[in-house]
Amino acid sequence: MTTDLGLPALGGLDNVPTTDEQQKAKDYKSDQEVRWCPGCGDYVVLNTIQAFLPELGLKRENLVFVSGIGCSSRFPYYMNTYGMHSIHGRAPTIATGLATTRPDLSVWVVTGDGDALSIGGNHLIHALRRNVNLKILLFNNRIYGLTKGQYSPTSDQGMVTKSTPVGSLDTPFNPVSLALGAEASFVGRALDSDRKGLTEVLTAAAQHRGSAVVEIYQNCPIFNDGAFDVLKDSDDKQRRLIPLTHGQPITFGPDDERYGVVRDGQGQLQVAKLDEVGEDDIVVHDAEAVDTAQAFALSRLGGQDLNPTVTGIFRAAPRPTYDDQARAQTRQAAEANPPDLQGLLTGNDTWTI
Amino acid sequence: MTATNGHRPAEQAGAGTAGAAQDTRKVNRVVIRFAGDSGDGMQLTGDRFTSEAAAFGNDLATLPNYPAEIRAPAGTLPGVSSFQLHFADYDILTPGDRPDVLVAMNPAALKANIADLPRGGTLVINTDEFTKRNLKKVGYETSPLETYELEPYVVHEVAMAELTKGALAETGLSRKEAERAKNMFALGLLSWMYSRPTEGTEQFLREKFAKKPQLAEANVLAFRAGWNYGETTESFAVSYEVAPATLPQGTYRQITGNQALAYGLVAAGQRSELPVFLGSYPITPASDVLHEMAKHKNFGVTTFQAEDEIAGIGAALGASFGGSLGVTTTSGPGLALKSETIGLAVALELPLLICDIQRGGPSTGMPTKTEQADLLQALYGRNGESPVPVLAPRSPADCFEVALEAARIALTYRTPVVLLSDGATANGSEPWLIPEVDQLPDLRVSFATEPNAPDGSGEFWPYLRDPETLARDWAIPGTPGTEHRVGGLEKADGKGNISYDPDNHDTMVRLRQSKVDGVSVPDLAVDDPSGQARVLVLGWGSPYGPIGAACRRLRSNGHAIAQAHLRYLNPMPANLGEILHAYDRVVVPEMNLGQLAMLLRSRYLVDAQSYTKVAGLPFQAEELENVLTDIVQGVEA
Repeated sequence: MTTDLGLPALGGLDNVPTTDEQQKAKDYKSDQEVRWCPGCGDYVVLNTIQAFLPELGLKRENLVFVSGIGCSSRFPYYMNTYGMHSIHGRAPTIATGLATTRPDLSVWVVTGDGDALSIGGNHLIHALRRNVNLKILLFNNRIYGLTKGQYSPTSDQGMVTKSTPVGSLDTPFNPVSLALGAEASFVGRALDSDRKGLTEVLTAAAQHRGSAVVEIYQNCPIFNDGAFDVLKDSDDKQRRLIPLTHGQPITFGPDDERYGVVRDGQGQLQVAKLDEVGEDDIVVHDAEAVDTAQAFALSRLGGQDLNPTVTGIFRAAPRPTYDDQARAQTRQAAEANPPDLQGLLTGNDTWTI
Repeated sequence: MTATNGHRPAEQAGAGTAGAAQDTRKVNRVVIRFAGDSGDGMQLTGDRFTSEAAAFGNDLATLPNYPAEIRAPAGTLPGVSSFQLHFADYDILTPGDRPDVLVAMNPAALKANIADLPRGGTLVINTDEFTKRNLKKVGYETSPLETYELEPYVVHEVAMAELTKGALAETGLSRKEAERAKNMFALGLLSWMYSRPTEGTEQFLREKFAKKPQLAEANVLAFRAGWNYGETTESFAVSYEVAPATLPQGTYRQITGNQALAYGLVAAGQRSELPVFLGSYPITPASDVLHEMAKHKNFGVTTFQAEDEIAGIGAALGASFGGSLGVTTTSGPGLALKSETIGLAVALELPLLICDIQRGGPSTGMPTKTEQADLLQALYGRNGESPVPVLAPRSPADCFEVALEAARIALTYRTPVVLLSDGATANGSEPWLIPEVDQLPDLRVSFATEPNAPDGSGEFWPYLRDPETLARDWAIPGTPGTEHRVGGLEKADGKGNISYDPDNHDTMVRLRQSKVDGVSVPDLAVDDPSGQARVLVLGWGSPYGPIGAACRRLRSNGHAIAQAHLRYLNPMPANLGEILHAYDRVVVPEMNLGQLAMLLRSRYLVDAQSYTKVAGLPFQAEELENVLTDIVQGVEA
């Protein structure tokens, strides 16, 4: 049963004040020296975000970046906006309180695979199911970098690290599958080096009203270098990367070697050579579907080996947000019953001496 | 063995005097304990009797005592639930040590409570539950009703279930449904015994069961049947009167600690003109604060039931960052989970209220029992030097004022503040002199709205401090020109950028400590009517009642004793050291193993003597009286 609070459908940024002033990427750079390791994928992501924010045309003071702990969580210090570098795994909770009380803010969470999926796993799934209007950037480098190289919840099984000298035993999480399972209304994935793709997903996430999680494959040059190289190699990547476009048949591959995603006899998704199947058999991507089955199947299409790897927007299916509804309840309560503190304190059952 | 004239006067000397009417006697104070199975509705019965006493103008104090299990097996000792109520014609301080009247709805209730009933006390027994099977469940070989076991007491045997069923025969309810109203029969009987007004209860029942008029009528009928039973049966030839108390003039209501705390939080929002955001996770005995707050959304209150304790405080801190009054409520185990976030709030220097309704520990401990063993956790239970102000209410109604004080400190000094209530305070109730809203403190704050850098650079320095309070400037998102980043990494004094500079860290650690040490706290007042006391008894939190009652008894026995009670545990009042050293002996009763005493000894080099009990129940005035009498006599000798 849902409660109809009579709320209008809104875009993700509808209550956030905008500016006519021309903004540039450098307006979003703080005076702090960026201190990630040379070659870290975080630089690229930071630059992409600083370059894309001016396009949103929001007042800079109405943006807030909240992070947890980890390499990527230094992010807020480098943004000339409001920001909070909080504690390990808890950024979604802080962002939830902030977004619920401040509809005029665009609230972003910056987190990593350890921060979001290990110590903060509980908060991530609950923020997603509640559908609080906040954007979660999940930097996935499949390793613990800040603590110098232990395996993470997205590391390959068998990975040899300082804490797993004979190989890790854990089955990794698939962050997109996890997010879809947690009722996320927006789920995207992009590659740190793919500025265009990342910008597209981030723009859509910002415009989406509700919790949006964007998994960003990010290279750690020190402790897990090259984890995503197969997706960057000009030859390999065309055969591996499956970009999603809403409403379009899902096809990929080099011009002379086209592939498509089809359903097999059991209804499972599979990759097939385009010239071996009919055009009508190609699955059409529907990011807005209420049923998450196809999006989930797409998230399982590639394994940990990245072969293939689906990118883009898996799901963008708006539903009422926690924060809009919470504010509506408060507003409606005040309208129906204007606050009277003396009346509350006095109550109905008094005696006088 | 039913007696007809035996109601013992209350413990206090001269409490009982013959009344004007032949069959009604005046007494000054009475303690009643309703005890039954947890399905018998004893808490509701006690609550209603409390409301009747309050409506009559008595002073009162209550102590609910119930099992942690939602429904322990019926008729067993672990399933016994009780509600003790003390009401009097003068201002009382405790729910009473021992009952004058014990209402036992079944053999388990009798067995679990009879040891507390003094010889000569009145026992009202629902005989219908004294079946072989029920007796066996609690280890009675023969029914105590058939032995000499209850001879020291004035026993009234009443077939409450049968009488209730008889009274409800015409209602069309099944016998089983009808029997469930027997608690109202008991309430009616006790209401008659103590000449209580009845209109309130009848009105309450009609409202409570408004959607089921048949049940409402049945409960009213059972209530009246109990009353009439007292009036018409010869076994109750005497009833009693407890005259209204002479409390300070004003309008009163009855209030529980958790309700007063919630009202204090709502009031803090109104007086600060800030939205209140409560992030909380259900935990006994704190959940009622969340429930109460959830009813008051119209005051700009947002309640957020989080996925866990950490999320509760995290969301509250996020709301504070955005300019709300962030609050989280919990009990001991939850405070442990919140400690890292409290540390973050210390580093961020943002206002935040953490209300810990203490219960028996360690670990899950005894969720429904009271204790005050979280003091050191509140003060020191975090990594690093992490000072926070700590306050504790001394009684249910005091929770209101302490909540406002905690908010004042949090907002003025930009700091997390811990409020330490406890199970007895939270669930206990007492009359509350309703405050006038315009007399409540003005808690308005001002946010920073422009760059503040003293070097004229046009920057905003988040860690620039007010020279007097050492509070940092609070600029909230949405304010142009004051964009800044805060975080748990050490910050440079003033500018607020990340700093690993050794001297800066030393400075910041000391600044945070100085800020909390400098919180303005009123001087401690000492109550020593004689002015001659050589022994000081110093307490904190809910033992205020039994300590005060014990001191009264000592004084009426001709001993001088001084009493002081700490509301501010951190920082402590400036005159505390002087007070402690002015007495030959300082005694500190606590429901822990001496946590405050340890602090006093280390801070003030005073040979504070600890008296402790950690039984999950409040101190009894009598035990403190004995302890303090021994000490005072020792000093006098």
